[in-house]
Amino acid sequence: MLTIDNLRAEVDGKAILKGLSLTVNAGEIHAIMGPNGAGKSTLAYTLGGRPGYEVTGGTAELEGADLLDMPPHERAAAGLFLGFQYPVEIPGVSNVQFLREALNSQRKHRGEAPLSAADFLRLAREKAALLGLDMEMLKRPVNVGFSGGEKKRAEMVHMGILNPRLAILDETDSGLDIDALKTVGAGINTIMRAPDKAVLLITHYQRLLDYVQPDFVHILADGRIVKSGGPELAKALELGGYAEVLAA
Amino acid sequence: MTALAPLTTRALPTRKDEAWRYSDVDAAARAWPLAEPDRIVVRAGEAAHRTMLQDVAASDVAIRDLVVEIGAGGIFGLHLLDMGGALGRVTIDVTLHEGAHFELNAALLGAGDQTIELVTRVTHAEPRATSNQTVRAIAGGKATTSYLGQVCVARDAQQTDAVQSFKAMLLGRGATANAKPELEIFADDVKCAHGASVGQLDQQALFYLASRGVDPARARTLMLQAFISGLFDDIADEAERNRFEAAALARLEAME
Repeated sequence: MLTIDNLRAEVDGKAILKGLSLTVNAGEIHAIMGPNGAGKSTLAYTLGGRPGYEVTGGTAELEGADLLDMPPHERAAAGLFLGFQYPVEIPGVSNVQFLREALNSQRKHRGEAPLSAADFLRLAREKAALLGLDMEMLKRPVNVGFSGGEKKRAEMVHMGILNPRLAILDETDSGLDIDALKTVGAGINTIMRAPDKAVLLITHYQRLLDYVQPDFVHILADGRIVKSGGPELAKALELGGYAEVLAA
Repeated sequence: MTALAPLTTRALPTRKDEAWRYSDVDAAARAWPLAEPDRIVVRAGEAAHRTMLQDVAASDVAIRDLVVEIGAGGIFGLHLLDMGGALGRVTIDVTLHEGAHFELNAALLGAGDQTIELVTRVTHAEPRATSNQTVRAIAGGKATTSYLGQVCVARDAQQTDAVQSFKAMLLGRGATANAKPELEIFADDVKCAHGASVGQLDQQALFYLASRGVDPARARTLMLQAFISGLFDDIADEAERNRFEAAALARLEAME
């Protein structure tokens, strides 16, 4: 599904990713953990194509297609979803309008027919219900006036509606209380736990992994994957911290 | 309070004239002599509403002058979309009597080499009148958009409440936005608020939209539509409202 080979990237001329390699197969959920400043968010943004994140070497392929060669909206059409740590507020644009635009833009790019307003609303209602988000929230401007938890729930609804092949979720668990964490965890499992999908879960803490069981856990430090293992690696981190686990 | 000079002028203006300081006076000369201003009188206790969609060809010059008098307790609302002409200039000179209200919602859209400007003077001549001006400007290319808004409060016009809000967006380095709020207050119990800001498209929001699959041109149009959203919501006639929305959208889609 996703093959990253020796990826190097810099921000403002400063090298952040220093030869990162990672393979994620269909049907797998991978967690990427790491201390502050390790390059976790840079990895997410680089794969998403955010301006200012300059690739200086290596490759990243999504189902064999060169991800790094595509502008961000084409990456989305190719099946990539990027969940933001800090979802952006867009006054004046409603979630419904934005998502219908996004979905139909993706469908057009893939040569599929656009969804009618009625079909889209049906889909949005279904996904909002799945994530416990009031449909009224989706009629409001994107993220404006949403609490931290509501923003992350809304991100999951976006993911449910856009139905990506690969989701890269950047600290989706930050700012969530336990109830919201459970909902978001259940959302990830329901939407993305499938044989033809995959998830890259970027997180600081073990706690989301109580609700979303990863198949693999990687530790990112100083721009590289320095250790990989199963779910037990996350548990060891929770107990011993990065310094101890990396020294072991 | 000193007598106010009319906003409209018989003699050819220069940029030394306050109300013309950001204008394209050479283009203005092509429109000379000007027609008489359009005069609107709203009788005491009555309500009136006008829409103005100024969309002459980019090679033409449009100068529209409006003089409005609102009687005691009267209400006048104006929706303005000013986007046509090498020079597209609208002036509104409003006099409010006791307890009257003036409501302005205006969008100024400038592209290419256009100069699009709005000059208002709202005179609160008597007590308890209110005015609310919401102006949004988008300038692309080498266009200039300007809002010169003067509020005059007469000596005994107590409990005046006047609000001006101006926000401009510049699409490129060559574009210009001017804001010139001017308050002339001779009463002591008044509320006059004015805000002006000039910004650019939010790159973070553009990336957010793109990362969800919205193509860049569409993302930009969405953001620009959002910037002027709500301005025309109060146009009661649906066909007229749609005409405004459609004209603005067509222009926004073409702007660089």
